[in-house]
Amino acid sequence: MIRSVHKHKAYFAFLGHRISGLLLGIFLPIHFYVLGMALEQTDQFDRFLKFSELPGVKVAEWGLVLLLAIHLSFGLRILVIEFVQWPTPGSIRLNWISWGVVFSVIIGAVFLAGVFGS
Amino acid sequence: MEMKLFLLQRLTAMIMVPFIFVHIGVIIYAVRGGLSAEEILGRTQGNGWWIAFYTLFVISASIHAPIGIRKVLREWAGLSYTTVNLLALALGVLFLVLGLRAVVAVGGLA
Amino acid sequence: MEKMLAVKIWRGEEDGEFVTYQVPSRENQTVLDVVTEIQRQVDPTLAYRFSCRVGVCGSCAMTVNGKPRWTCRSHVKNVVKNNTIVLEPLRNMPRIKDLVVDMTEFFDKWKKAGGEFIGTRTRHERPALVDPASKARKQADAAIECINCAVCYAACDVVEWDKDYLGPAALNRAWSLVNDERHADPKGVLEKSMAAGGCNSCHTQGSCMKHCPVGLSPTGSIAGLKKRSLFEFLGGK
Repeated sequence: MIRSVHKHKAYFAFLGHRISGLLLGIFLPIHFYVLGMALEQTDQFDRFLKFSELPGVKVAEWGLVLLLAIHLSFGLRILVIEFVQWPTPGSIRLNWISWGVVFSVIIGAVFLAGVFGS
Repeated sequence: MEMKLFLLQRLTAMIMVPFIFVHIGVIIYAVRGGLSAEEILGRTQGNGWWIAFYTLFVISASIHAPIGIRKVLREWAGLSYTTVNLLALALGVLFLVLGLRAVVAVGGLA
Repeated sequence: MEKMLAVKIWRGEEDGEFVTYQVPSRENQTVLDVVTEIQRQVDPTLAYRFSCRVGVCGSCAMTVNGKPRWTCRSHVKNVVKNNTIVLEPLRNMPRIKDLVVDMTEFFDKWKKAGGEFIGTRTRHERPALVDPASKARKQADAAIECINCAVCYAACDVVEWDKDYLGPAALNRAWSLVNDERHADPKGVLEKSMAAGGCNSCHTQGSCMKHCPVGLSPTGSIAGLKKRSLFEFLGGK
């Protein structure tokens, strides 16, 4: 439940990082399993790759790329906050949050361009 | 114990930062012109660098993710230390097994 | 017909209800003025805390329209929403009555984090000569002004989710002692802040520093503890 005490940038960064992490954590074993199909079930792997050509799947992949980029950006910010010297005690590197979102959107756009462009 | 888990999670995060950049780069490059088993496996099978890269990646992720999920389950699901410790361990083993199997598959090691 | 202000106040303990009062809306009014007027002119059974009424003691902290604040430093016109003010006791602490909470656990955790200063000199020795420009003293000074009002403790989600979590104020205090060269046991404080429920439970949500009325940054202090614990870990205990 989002209360008014939550409505500030750093809290949304926390939420974004946690939720992206959870979703990626659910995706990861599936990802590993599908890749493992290249072992014995090579035709199943091929069929899966064909299936992934569907635009709906590509949009889902775009979503995953966004989640990964968000988790990386917000996570990097945390590492810097926790292990790099603070310029001032009040510096919580809020600008890194905006940059993280921008970076993720750009990465997502480049991905989409690669999918639908060529 | 909590401090050790915290530091382990931060450590694996630091290791994975460059890996993620590489991985995103590979995804963006590979997705052009459509994905095919030949392309993907052609790049990775028998390649020592990719095998080492993905092995380290899988091990780091198998440590990093369960520690995070453990905290979330404790804070948002209110589960006990015993339960979340067991779940985290189980998830770690699951990620490791599936992940290393994927490395074997993609690296052409079987 | 003078303009009135609607004030919804929590009456009761854990069980209770909101009761709405009407007070005249004035040009210069703090939320403390409003609560005091209600208690003195309207309902003397209302329980609330205050002391200095000028923003130096922290006693009047409560939840105002969803945010933990000092009522003496909250001008009505800055916090009012739809001509209404909703007042509740501080979050994360058991309710005693109406707007008054039990702060025992808050102070217990302050001690548990190693907050008690232990001097190493007696009155027969000269006072310690601490360089105010030294890095350690600057870091301690940035955290030392805390008056334990518990606003940060109320703002923190982890305090709500994890009963073991010592909380921003206790860890902020621990950081100030870790950096205090006069303290007898800085290592002990660091160890306490590294235990379960210590600095490793903080997720850098930043609600503590966002709401601190003194402008402190427990987030920064806790980050300092995390960094220090990495060195401890690498350098060995």
